[in-house]
Amino acid sequence: MTVGIVVVSHSRALADAAVELARQMLPGRELAVAVAAGTEDGGLGTDAAAVADAVGEADSGEGVVVLMDLGSAVLSAETALEFLDDDVRSRVTLSAAPLVEGLVGAVVVAASGASRQSVAAEAERGLAPKQAHLSS
Amino acid sequence: MSVAVGVDDLTAWLRRFAEVVHERRDELTALDAAIGDADHGSNVDRGMAAVVAVLDDAPPADAAGLLKKTGATLVSKVGGASGPLYGTLFLRMAGAAGNGDLDDAAVARALRAGLDGVVARGKAEPGDKTMVDALGPACDALDAAVEAGDSLADALDAAAAAAAEGRDATVPLVARKGRASYLGERSAGHMDPGATSVTMLVEAAAATLGRS
Repeated sequence: MTVGIVVVSHSRALADAAVELARQMLPGRELAVAVAAGTEDGGLGTDAAAVADAVGEADSGEGVVVLMDLGSAVLSAETALEFLDDDVRSRVTLSAAPLVEGLVGAVVVAASGASRQSVAAEAERGLAPKQAHLSS
Repeated sequence: MSVAVGVDDLTAWLRRFAEVVHERRDELTALDAAIGDADHGSNVDRGMAAVVAVLDDAPPADAAGLLKKTGATLVSKVGGASGPLYGTLFLRMAGAAGNGDLDDAAVARALRAGLDGVVARGKAEPGDKTMVDALGPACDALDAAVEAGDSLADALDAAAAAAAEGRDATVPLVARKGRASYLGERSAGHMDPGATSVTMLVEAAAATLGRS
């Protein structure tokens, strides 16, 4: 059992592409990554109920780390917490990590069987390699 | 003399808000195009159309149930930040509404609970150029008028006037929240779309509640 990942984005295409990029790091390995992105009619937007459903989909009991793009994605993820049962909510971390970089780091560590805290910490360090490269 | 506000009154309020948002959708979107992502009018219109569909097809039987269903619909259907914000406003109103109809003081308490929810969700402070800048003064005016013993109709008129004043006062402000905050100083000189739509919400309340 591993920590699950949820990606919340305004755009279904953006979320799916970010997940595709991250899954490249997991050849032949399974990891629950659920997406809540876009409006029902295919437009740009976020939906708190869809985020709550995605958390349920990604959670195997080990908890979930939620990565978001910006603005309403953050507010919808926070609102989604209200719709979860207390025991599920207690094992969800909303990450302030940058979406793409954070997701890549998070899936690698999650697939290794690390704790939710470790996965969230790795996501938060997502910008470090790029910052180190560009500052040297 | 307090007037009880029940599910029929709240339904009239929501329908009125939906109509006004639909009629003025392009105006809201134009305000958002100037300082945001040009979707406020279409987002709130889509959300309220979904609320009206609920009112038509499966109307909740009591005031709190109606407010809760409205909030749950908006967080799901709006798409933009106004979804969680308006959704939380109605969910908190539902939580404060209690059982049965609302008297004047309960209407004021519920709207205040809605404002508190919006502030907690969006973390906006007065002067950040958000819906809080209109809804906050509206709650203050409503509380004061109800406290003074004014009729609910008069109290809501005062709230609507305060909301409009607060909305107009967002024009010179620099946005510190939401997409408009990315523009920094360039956001000054434009009226805030969220303050504008929430003023429509309070005006719709003044037009429909406490009139019977």
